[in-house]
Amino acid sequence: MNARRKTSVFMTSMMTAALLLAAGCQKKVAPPPPPPPPPPPAAPTATLSASPTSIQSGQSATLTWSTTNATSVTIDGVGYASVSGSQSVSPTTTTTYHLIARGDGGSADATATVTVTAPPPPPPPPPPPAMTEAMFEQNVKPVFYAFDSYKISSDGQQTLTDSVAFLQSHSDLKVLVAGYCDERGSEEYNLALGQKRADAAKDALVKAGIDGSRLRTISYGKEKPFCTEHKESCWQQNRRAQFSLDQ
Amino acid sequence: MTGWQRTLLRFQSRYVHTLSALLLLAIPACAPAQDWVHTGTNLGAQKIRLAAADFHLSSFDPSQGSGDKQIFDATLFSDLMNAGIFDLVSKSMAPTAAPASPQEIVLTQWSLPPANAAMVAFGTLAVSGGHISVTGWLYDTQNKQSPQVLAQQYNEADSPDAARHIAHEFADAIITRLGGGIPGIAESKIYYVSNRSGHREIWQMDYDGANQKQITHLGLISLSPRISPDGHRLAFAALGKNGWDIRMYSMDLNRLVHFPGTGSDLSPAWSPDGNSLAFSSARTGDPEIWICAASGYGAHKITSFEGPDVSPVWNPRTGTQIAWISGRTGLPQLYIMDGDGTNVQRMTDGGYATSPSWSPNGQFLAFAWDRSYGPGAPGGQDIYVMDIASKRWIQLTHDIGRNDFPTWSPDGRHIAFQNSQHGQRQIWTMLADGTGQHALTSDGSNSMPNWSWK
Repeated sequence: MNARRKTSVFMTSMMTAALLLAAGCQKKVAPPPPPPPPPPPAAPTATLSASPTSIQSGQSATLTWSTTNATSVTIDGVGYASVSGSQSVSPTTTTTYHLIARGDGGSADATATVTVTAPPPPPPPPPPPAMTEAMFEQNVKPVFYAFDSYKISSDGQQTLTDSVAFLQSHSDLKVLVAGYCDERGSEEYNLALGQKRADAAKDALVKAGIDGSRLRTISYGKEKPFCTEHKESCWQQNRRAQFSLDQ
Repeated sequence: MTGWQRTLLRFQSRYVHTLSALLLLAIPACAPAQDWVHTGTNLGAQKIRLAAADFHLSSFDPSQGSGDKQIFDATLFSDLMNAGIFDLVSKSMAPTAAPASPQEIVLTQWSLPPANAAMVAFGTLAVSGGHISVTGWLYDTQNKQSPQVLAQQYNEADSPDAARHIAHEFADAIITRLGGGIPGIAESKIYYVSNRSGHREIWQMDYDGANQKQITHLGLISLSPRISPDGHRLAFAALGKNGWDIRMYSMDLNRLVHFPGTGSDLSPAWSPDGNSLAFSSARTGDPEIWICAASGYGAHKITSFEGPDVSPVWNPRTGTQIAWISGRTGLPQLYIMDGDGTNVQRMTDGGYATSPSWSPNGQFLAFAWDRSYGPGAPGGQDIYVMDIASKRWIQLTHDIGRNDFPTWSPDGRHIAFQNSQHGQRQIWTMLADGTGQHALTSDGSNSMPNWSWK
């Protein structure tokens, strides 16, 4: 280790001597006239802006600056900076940023203020997700009936079975069971038939273990059809027991 | 026996047999594929030939001219025409004379062709000092010795309504006298459901469709109006927040009065003494027929058979039987039973039967029937009348769309019903033999007529 350092020092000394010898061989020339005095250096300029100028605590604003003729730029609270650029700041109180640009020609200042307003009160904790009619109807689907019938079909029974688990896991829900009929036949008789349809659906749910006191029945007969065209596909839509939240 | 009394007796015996004769003739109609035909009862030949002269205007209020007299003449003529028991001399056949008094009438003018009237109604109308007064006579043109059958006098504060009202009263007096003592119906009312206000509310009109006015203003769905026998209370069913309840409207107080409900009560019906109501209720989980006091309390169930039971109606003559509609065997059928639920008899043998109305004499049931109801069936729903003792029936409406909710007039000579064509429901009326069908309403959708008891 020591041997290599000594070698390196020796080499440097040799090169220095060679350079000095070369300089000594230059021809002598007339001395040049003295140069004109250099112009005074230009004074620096600086701009600084903040966007947005007003934020809530916790939010950020962007400082953007540019300078000319500056050799060093400092911004209070930020420190040394490049001669132009931008930077994100997140003050917690209203802050005036002060930029000083220094150069050979002097210095320049620029300021920008970011106003910080109080944050809004924190939002209330979100309520537990409420049961909406749409959620309910996705899980408890209507039961459809044959012509002039209030018997639950095997399809209808399957629909009801699918609904039972949901009703059991939401035991706080009260349910309105509404019976509907198609447009044919007599108005008074259809009200009684609609009642039978609602009752039949309720009875099936009670048999499957749903507490009957949670279920209220009503008949709309043919008073409130889902579909108003005069054809079987439409009539079938209207021969139903419909379930909804009883509020 | 005077001429008009003979005419009357002849008429009475024939009229009473008219429906029975129709029903007897209808027996072959039970055979399948029987086209409907008028069976040749030739009712016109049995009707009394009656002329109604224009009334003499003896004095009038210059500010309104002869307006009230025109209303009076038109109303009287229309009432006598509607009565169904007269062969009314058309205005073009009648003498133009307007005899003011018995001294002025020339009976041969009326008894000879072209009028050929057996009876003539005439008289005087005067309006003065804000009063209208009418004197009307009914004369037998065949009885030269003592032709006077009726002489009536009326006085009221003057108004167009008063002119109509007096014409109704005079027409009813003539109809009562010549129609076998059965009171006329010119002052009866029809209650019904109309959507004209934007909601289905209960409305009322005169028997001829005049004076249509809204009674309830609930903003709900109100159906099945039933006026009490005394005309003071109106029961109906309305769909509120808790379901269907019977509501009770006081025609005297013009407001609802208390009536208890359970949220599944439909189709009320008054007992003829006005003390009880029959109705359909699903309060125990199956729509059955119940009976309660007119106050709504003391309800008890009289049917117990699974299936829809609805639309009860009492036998208005005896008050001991109830007809109603039951779906206990499938499609709805017409049944009758005693008021305690015993002696159940099925009346219809198939099809889709609804909406019974019991004739005032207790002998007939009118109802709506679709005899070939089913998916894909053409579905003609028509009004039928059945003789209860024999279960024979005749069809009263043909090829005029769907018909429902027949209701008998108090004199048993007319049936109003709900007709629907092209999706529009209107109230129609006809004679109980199916003739003279015409609409009483045209504005909005009108349904479920219920004729007052008197």
